[in-house]
Amino acid sequence: MIVFEYIAEILFYGFMILTFMGGFMAVRSKLLMHAVLGLAVSLFGVAGLYFFLGSPFLAMMQVLIYVGAVCIMIVMGVMLGSTPDQLATKNFSGQNLLLAILACSTGFIALFVAIGQTKFAPAAQRVGDMSIRFVGENLLFKYCLAFELISVVLLTAIIGAIILARGGREEKAS
Amino acid sequence: MMISANLNTYLVIAAILLVIGLYGMLQHRSLIGILISSEFILNGAALNFMAFNRFVAPNPAVGQIYTLFIMGIAAAEAAIAVSVIIAVYRKYRSEDPDLVQDMKL
Repeated sequence: MIVFEYIAEILFYGFMILTFMGGFMAVRSKLLMHAVLGLAVSLFGVAGLYFFLGSPFLAMMQVLIYVGAVCIMIVMGVMLGSTPDQLATKNFSGQNLLLAILACSTGFIALFVAIGQTKFAPAAQRVGDMSIRFVGENLLFKYCLAFELISVVLLTAIIGAIILARGGREEKAS
Repeated sequence: MMISANLNTYLVIAAILLVIGLYGMLQHRSLIGILISSEFILNGAALNFMAFNRFVAPNPAVGQIYTLFIMGIAAAEAAIAVSVIIAVYRKYRSEDPDLVQDMKL
Protein backbone atom coordinates (compact mmCIF):
# COMPACT_ATOMS: atom_id res chain seq x y z
CA MET A 1 0.00 0.00 0.00
CA ILE A 2 2.40 2.64 -1.25
CA VAL A 3 -0.39 5.25 -1.52
CA PHE A 4 -0.84 5.39 2.24
CA GLU A 5 2.86 5.91 2.72
CA TYR A 6 2.75 8.93 0.45
CA ILE A 7 -0.26 10.30 2.30
CA ALA A 8 1.60 9.82 5.60
CA GLU A 9 4.61 11.63 4.16
CA ILE A 10 2.45 14.56 3.05
CA LEU A 11 0.90 14.65 6.53
CA PHE A 12 4.40 14.72 8.02
CA TYR A 13 5.28 17.76 5.93
CA GLY A 14 2.02 19.34 7.04
CA PHE A 15 2.79 18.85 10.73
CA MET A 16 6.32 20.14 10.19
CA ILE A 17 5.04 23.30 8.49
CA LEU A 18 2.44 23.69 11.27
CA THR A 19 5.21 23.58 13.87
CA PHE A 20 7.39 26.14 12.11
CA MET A 21 4.56 28.52 11.20
CA GLY A 22 3.25 28.42 14.77
CA GLY A 23 6.71 29.19 16.07
CA PHE A 24 7.15 32.06 13.64
CA MET A 25 3.74 33.42 14.66
CA ALA A 26 4.58 33.15 18.36
CA VAL A 27 7.87 34.97 17.90
CA ARG A 28 6.94 37.68 15.43
CA SER A 29 3.31 38.57 16.21
CA LYS A 30 2.54 42.01 17.59
CA LEU A 31 -0.09 40.96 20.13
CA LEU A 32 0.52 38.60 23.03
CA MET A 33 -2.72 36.72 22.40
CA HIS A 34 -1.55 35.90 18.86
CA ALA A 35 1.72 34.66 20.31
CA VAL A 36 -0.16 32.24 22.58
CA LEU A 37 -2.21 31.08 19.59
CA GLY A 38 1.00 30.49 17.68
CA LEU A 39 2.34 28.46 20.61
CA ALA A 40 -0.80 26.30 20.58
CA VAL A 41 -0.53 25.71 16.82
CA SER A 42 3.14 24.81 17.11
CA LEU A 43 2.54 22.40 20.00
CA PHE A 44 -0.21 20.76 17.97
CA GLY A 45 2.29 20.22 15.17
CA VAL A 46 4.75 18.66 17.61
CA ALA A 47 1.96 16.33 18.77
CA GLY A 48 1.64 15.17 15.16
CA LEU A 49 5.38 14.53 15.05
CA TYR A 50 5.05 12.37 18.20
CA PHE A 51 2.45 10.36 16.31
CA PHE A 52 4.99 9.76 13.57
CA LEU A 53 7.54 8.73 16.19
CA GLY A 54 5.31 5.81 17.10
CA SER A 55 3.67 7.05 20.28
CA PRO A 56 -0.01 8.03 19.91
CA PHE A 57 -0.24 8.13 23.71
CA LEU A 58 2.27 10.97 23.96
CA ALA A 59 0.58 12.79 21.08
CA MET A 60 -2.66 12.74 23.04
CA MET A 61 -0.85 13.82 26.21
CA GLN A 62 0.78 16.67 24.30
CA VAL A 63 -2.60 17.91 23.10
CA LEU A 64 -4.14 17.42 26.56
CA ILE A 65 -1.40 18.92 28.74
CA TYR A 66 0.27 21.51 26.52
CA VAL A 67 -2.50 22.71 24.24
CA GLY A 68 -5.21 22.11 26.82
CA ALA A 69 -3.64 23.17 30.10
CA VAL A 70 -0.44 25.16 29.66
CA CYS A 71 -1.76 27.38 26.86
CA ILE A 72 -4.95 28.12 28.80
CA MET A 73 -2.85 29.03 31.83
CA ILE A 74 -0.72 31.39 29.72
CA VAL A 75 -3.89 32.92 28.25
CA MET A 76 -5.09 33.56 31.82
CA GLY A 77 -1.74 35.19 32.57
CA VAL A 78 -2.09 37.41 29.50
CA MET A 79 -5.62 38.45 30.43
CA LEU A 80 -4.86 39.09 34.11
CA GLY A 81 -1.54 40.76 33.48
CA SER A 82 -0.86 43.28 30.76
CA THR A 83 -3.41 45.16 28.75
CA PRO A 84 -4.33 43.00 25.77
CA ASP A 85 -3.62 45.66 23.15
CA GLN A 86 -0.08 46.16 24.41
CA LEU A 87 2.63 45.51 21.87
CA ALA A 88 4.34 42.20 22.58
CA THR A 89 7.60 42.54 20.74
CA LYS A 90 10.44 44.99 21.10
CA ASN A 91 11.11 47.53 18.44
CA PHE A 92 14.55 46.25 17.71
CA SER A 93 17.09 48.65 16.38
CA GLY A 94 19.06 47.39 13.42
CA GLN A 95 22.13 46.42 15.41
CA ASN A 96 20.17 44.48 18.04
CA LEU A 97 18.19 42.60 15.39
CA LEU A 98 21.41 41.71 13.63
CA LEU A 99 22.98 40.46 16.85
CA ALA A 100 19.89 38.40 17.77
CA ILE A 101 19.74 36.76 14.34
CA LEU A 102 23.50 36.19 14.43
CA ALA A 103 23.35 34.49 17.84
CA CYS A 104 20.43 32.24 16.84
CA SER A 105 21.83 31.29 13.44
CA THR A 106 25.24 30.54 14.93
CA GLY A 107 23.66 28.17 17.42
CA PHE A 108 21.58 26.54 14.72
CA ILE A 109 24.50 26.08 12.34
CA ALA A 110 26.62 24.57 15.10
CA LEU A 111 23.84 22.12 15.97
CA PHE A 112 23.20 21.34 12.30
CA VAL A 113 26.86 20.52 11.66
CA ALA A 114 27.01 18.42 14.82
CA ILE A 115 23.91 16.47 13.79
CA GLY A 116 25.30 15.90 10.30
CA GLN A 117 28.70 14.76 11.54
CA THR A 118 27.61 12.35 14.25
CA LYS A 119 26.87 8.74 13.47
CA PHE A 120 24.09 7.52 15.74
CA ALA A 121 24.32 3.76 16.06
CA PRO A 122 21.07 1.96 16.89
CA ALA A 123 21.03 -0.26 19.94
CA ALA A 124 22.00 -3.88 19.36
CA GLN A 125 18.71 -5.19 20.66
CA ARG A 126 15.50 -3.56 21.79
CA VAL A 127 13.60 -4.83 24.79
CA GLY A 128 9.84 -4.33 24.82
CA ASP A 129 7.76 -2.18 22.49
CA MET A 130 6.27 1.31 22.25
CA SER A 131 2.91 0.35 23.78
CA ILE A 132 1.25 2.15 26.67
CA ARG A 133 1.26 -1.10 28.64
CA PHE A 134 5.05 -1.29 28.53
CA VAL A 135 5.38 2.39 29.45
CA GLY A 136 3.07 1.88 32.42
CA GLU A 137 4.97 -1.16 33.64
CA ASN A 138 8.24 0.74 33.45
CA LEU A 139 6.71 3.73 35.19
CA LEU A 140 5.35 1.71 38.10
CA PHE A 141 8.26 -0.69 38.66
CA LYS A 142 11.59 0.47 37.28
CA TYR A 143 11.08 4.24 37.40
CA CYS A 144 8.82 4.30 40.45
CA LEU A 145 10.94 6.86 42.33
CA ALA A 146 10.86 9.38 39.47
CA PHE A 147 7.11 8.87 39.21
CA GLU A 148 6.66 9.71 42.88
CA LEU A 149 9.04 12.67 42.64
CA ILE A 150 7.11 14.27 39.77
CA SER A 151 3.93 14.13 41.83
CA VAL A 152 5.73 15.84 44.73
CA VAL A 153 7.04 18.49 42.31
CA LEU A 154 3.54 19.11 40.96
CA LEU A 155 2.09 19.35 44.48
CA THR A 156 4.79 21.84 45.46
CA ALA A 157 4.11 23.85 42.31
CA ILE A 158 0.38 23.99 43.06
CA ILE A 159 0.94 25.14 46.65
CA GLY A 160 3.61 27.62 45.57
CA ALA A 161 1.40 29.09 42.85
CA ILE A 162 -1.48 29.54 45.30
CA ILE A 163 0.78 31.20 47.88
CA LEU A 164 2.37 33.52 45.30
CA ALA A 165 -0.92 34.56 43.79
CA ARG A 166 -2.63 34.99 47.19
CA GLY A 167 0.10 37.03 48.84
CA GLY A 168 -0.46 40.14 46.80
CA ARG A 169 -4.19 40.10 47.36
CA GLU A 170 -3.96 39.95 51.16
CA GLU A 171 -1.46 42.77 51.16
CA LYS A 172 -3.80 44.84 49.04
CA ALA A 173 -6.79 44.16 51.31
CA SER A 174 -5.04 45.18 54.51
CA MET B 1 13.10 8.55 0.38
CA MET B 2 10.86 9.02 3.36
CA ILE B 3 12.15 11.78 5.60
CA SER B 4 9.67 10.88 8.34
CA ALA B 5 11.67 7.69 9.05
CA ASN B 6 14.99 9.47 9.47
CA LEU B 7 16.52 10.43 12.82
CA ASN B 8 18.26 13.55 11.51
CA THR B 9 14.97 15.11 10.38
CA TYR B 10 13.64 15.14 13.93
CA LEU B 11 16.93 16.41 15.34
CA VAL B 12 16.92 19.33 12.89
CA ILE B 13 13.28 20.13 13.73
CA ALA B 14 14.19 20.11 17.43
CA ALA B 15 17.16 22.41 16.75
CA ILE B 16 14.87 24.82 14.87
CA LEU B 17 12.44 24.78 17.82
CA LEU B 18 15.34 25.63 20.16
CA VAL B 19 16.40 28.51 17.92
CA ILE B 20 12.80 29.81 17.71
CA GLY B 21 12.63 29.83 21.50
CA LEU B 22 15.99 31.57 21.79
CA TYR B 23 15.01 34.26 19.30
CA GLY B 24 11.65 34.72 21.02
CA MET B 25 13.37 35.26 24.37
CA LEU B 26 15.44 38.04 22.81
CA GLN B 27 12.54 39.52 20.88
CA HIS B 28 9.66 39.62 23.36
CA ARG B 29 9.47 42.44 25.81
CA SER B 30 7.01 41.03 28.32
CA LEU B 31 7.52 38.28 30.88
CA ILE B 32 4.68 36.27 29.36
CA GLY B 33 6.42 36.34 25.99
CA ILE B 34 9.58 34.96 27.56
CA LEU B 35 7.52 32.19 29.19
CA ILE B 36 6.01 31.31 25.79
CA SER B 37 9.49 31.13 24.26
CA SER B 38 10.74 28.85 27.04
CA GLU B 39 7.95 26.41 26.16
CA PHE B 40 9.46 26.13 22.68
CA ILE B 41 12.86 25.24 24.11
CA LEU B 42 11.32 22.57 26.36
CA ASN B 43 9.47 21.14 23.38
CA GLY B 44 12.63 20.93 21.35
CA ALA B 45 14.26 18.94 24.13
CA ALA B 46 11.25 16.63 24.40
CA LEU B 47 11.24 16.03 20.65
CA ASN B 48 14.93 15.11 20.83
CA PHE B 49 14.21 12.55 23.54
CA MET B 50 11.37 11.05 21.53
CA ALA B 51 13.47 10.85 18.36
CA PHE B 52 16.35 9.07 20.09
CA ASN B 53 13.84 6.84 21.84
CA ARG B 54 12.35 5.79 18.51
CA PHE B 55 15.57 5.19 16.61
CA VAL B 56 18.47 4.30 18.89
CA ALA B 57 17.34 3.54 22.47
CA PRO B 58 17.53 -0.03 23.76
CA ASN B 59 14.43 0.41 25.93
CA PRO B 60 11.65 2.20 24.01
CA ALA B 61 9.75 3.25 27.14
CA VAL B 62 12.44 5.48 28.66
CA GLY B 63 12.14 8.30 26.15
CA GLN B 64 8.37 8.38 26.47
CA ILE B 65 8.63 8.50 30.26
CA TYR B 66 11.18 11.28 30.03
CA THR B 67 8.94 13.27 27.68
CA LEU B 68 6.05 12.82 30.11
CA PHE B 69 8.26 14.21 32.87
CA ILE B 70 9.19 17.18 30.70
CA MET B 71 5.48 17.86 30.22
CA GLY B 72 4.91 17.69 33.98
CA ILE B 73 7.84 20.01 34.68
CA ALA B 74 6.60 22.41 32.00
CA ALA B 75 3.13 22.49 33.54
CA ALA B 76 4.57 23.17 37.01
CA GLU B 77 6.90 25.81 35.60
CA ALA B 78 4.07 27.55 33.73
CA ALA B 79 1.88 27.60 36.87
CA ILE B 80 4.67 29.12 38.99
CA ALA B 81 5.69 31.58 36.28
CA VAL B 82 2.14 32.80 35.66
CA SER B 83 1.54 33.37 39.37
CA VAL B 84 4.87 35.20 39.68
CA ILE B 85 3.95 37.36 36.68
CA ILE B 86 0.56 38.16 38.23
CA ALA B 87 2.25 39.11 41.52
CA VAL B 88 4.77 41.30 39.65
CA TYR B 89 1.99 42.94 37.69
CA ARG B 90 0.11 43.75 40.92
CA LYS B 91 3.17 45.52 42.29
CA TYR B 92 4.47 47.31 39.23
CA ARG B 93 1.44 47.61 36.90
CA SER B 94 3.80 46.52 34.16
CA GLU B 95 5.37 43.39 32.74
CA ASP B 96 8.58 44.89 31.51
CA PRO B 97 11.46 42.61 32.54
CA ASP B 98 13.78 45.62 32.86
CA LEU B 99 11.70 46.96 35.76
CA VAL B 100 12.05 43.88 37.92
CA GLN B 101 15.67 43.08 37.30
CA ASP B 102 16.77 43.97 40.85
CA MET B 103 14.21 41.47 42.26
CA LYS B 104 13.25 43.81 45.08
CA LEU B 105 9.79 45.05 45.86
